[in-house]
Amino acid sequence: MSIPSEVQALIGQVQYEETGEFPVERGYIWTTCASVENGNPLFWDDAVADAVTDGPIAPPTMLSVWFRPHHWSPGRDVQPLPLRVHFDLKEIFDLPEAVMTDNTIVFHEPVRPGDRLRTRQILRSVSEPKTTKLGTGRFWVIDVEYLNQRDELVGVESYTGFGYRRAEA
Amino acid sequence: MTTKLVLDDVHAGDELPELAYEVSATTIVLGALASRDWRPMHHDHDFAVNRNGTQDIFMNTPNQAAWFERYVTDWTGPTGRLGRMTFRMKGSVFPGDTMTMRAVVEGAEVDDAGCGWATLAVALTVDGDVKTECTVRVALPTAVDDNPWTRHGDQWRP
Repeated sequence: MSIPSEVQALIGQVQYEETGEFPVERGYIWTTCASVENGNPLFWDDAVADAVTDGPIAPPTMLSVWFRPHHWSPGRDVQPLPLRVHFDLKEIFDLPEAVMTDNTIVFHEPVRPGDRLRTRQILRSVSEPKTTKLGTGRFWVIDVEYLNQRDELVGVESYTGFGYRRAEA
Repeated sequence: MTTKLVLDDVHAGDELPELAYEVSATTIVLGALASRDWRPMHHDHDFAVNRNGTQDIFMNTPNQAAWFERYVTDWTGPTGRLGRMTFRMKGSVFPGDTMTMRAVVEGAEVDDAGCGWATLAVALTVDGDVKTECTVRVALPTAVDDNPWTRHGDQWRP
């Protein structure tokens, strides 16, 4: 069995490009640092931030925070799905279940307060059918790229997903 | 400069200081909302137990990433710059757990651009059970006057 041509055509294509709903801001940076008791002076002491990072930055691991939609916003009646390429593949292959098996984040240019980031999803690969203890399905790798308003790459998240159908009892 | 650790201080096999933290419901809810994760299994006990079938609300992945970052940069100081993190989730962290983070240095090297790197194998455990494994590649100064944050473009190879 091979990869269907409609899926083959999606590999390497940029999809679902979107801009975050709000600019990067320090309130969330401090709330996040407080949540894990992160006292790194880069985020609390502007003199250190000026000396080390040429001004304030956000903790690198906050990358995905800037893209989670508000819980509610005017006129919206459907909550947007994150990682839509993943859900598209489940539908295309008719695989009702899915798990994420690995997640890698690569950090590039620092993210700074005031940045307006955008994101885009790129399907990197889809496997032939595989059978695991969960069931039979396919593995796929999806990259989510994050860029700032100057089109500089600030990070890439890579997700390995396994969409599957449970073995019949 | 606020350099705390340079590459020459780091050797394969070194162990980082352990971090133990008593997780409460507040830890879980604060972490979820700080990362803008509104899904109910991270703040609603009834939903977590009766819909998800878990024993309680549990810590979300972005907040775990923030914990790993804090743990690693507590060790490096502010001149440590994260390059790459890979997670493997094996179990959940619940209120009442004491989570413990430990790490060992797997390697230290200088890349072709002259940037110093340490690779760490970090484990988050509860009662000795590994809940999350995380491999971290973090840039470190090669000398007290070096600063990985000044690297851009092809000088930064995470």
